[in-house]
Amino acid sequence: MTSCKEASDLLSASLDTRLPVARRIGLRLHLLMCKMCSRYRQQLIFLRRAAAVYAARTAPLPDETSRLPADAAQRIAQQITASR
Amino acid sequence: MTALSDPDNWVAAHGDYLYRYAMMRVRDPAVAEDLVQETFLAALKGRGNFSGKSSEKTWLVGILKHKLIDQVYRSRSGVQVENIELTADLSAERFDESGHWRASLAEWSDPDRALEKDEFWRVFEACVERLPPQMARLFLLKEMDGLSGEELCKALDISTTNNAWVMLSRARMRLRDCLEANWFTGQGNGGR
Repeated sequence: MTSCKEASDLLSASLDTRLPVARRIGLRLHLLMCKMCSRYRQQLIFLRRAAAVYAARTAPLPDETSRLPADAAQRIAQQITASR
Repeated sequence: MTALSDPDNWVAAHGDYLYRYAMMRVRDPAVAEDLVQETFLAALKGRGNFSGKSSEKTWLVGILKHKLIDQVYRSRSGVQVENIELTADLSAERFDESGHWRASLAEWSDPDRALEKDEFWRVFEACVERLPPQMARLFLLKEMDGLSGEELCKALDISTTNNAWVMLSRARMRLRDCLEANWFTGQGNGGR
């Protein structure tokens, strides 16, 4: 029988890889019976969604770190010109 | 099909964006600057390979992502830092001897609404920063850069993909706990 502890790891793994069929069935049966693990599953799926949105955001960094410093920009631009 | 713009314009056009992207991952201005420079120079060298199917910015970000992975690999100490003992301890906290949840999980009402709030992202970022460094890298490389199991193992010196999945499971568990404690209970009223 799949325990909640096992289910929590299986749920996470199932986001990234295909579980072996026996594990998948064990997990599905467990989820049918376990409200807490079903809730955990929803929250993991939310976490994934949040991470995807986080990746797409260009904020939130404090102002001084959001721009390439002018001296670095100049140096790099010169490097590019010199390398052509 | 897009053509590349004049490389002499790249820094002005894309420098800030790439820098910000790099800073989100490495948190070190000097390292971020180096990565941006390496990205532009690699792009300059490889501009014959630009297929034109993506935008110039997307192409540059792709090069930066590879540099970021290399950076993670480079910044490893020589020490094996899987910290399997650490992950086992967390498991004992959350589950009892028969594998049941020790404490129940709160119900999160309408969590997607949180994604619209700047304050939520500050909490999210703080929770990621609270993760043990190896776990944080693992989570970010997986979720933001979409690395495969094998790539994660290679980048972070983890011996098997199974260990990577277990560590990732622990990272997600901790993040979930952190978000619940600091956002979803009290619904953004501070909570801490």
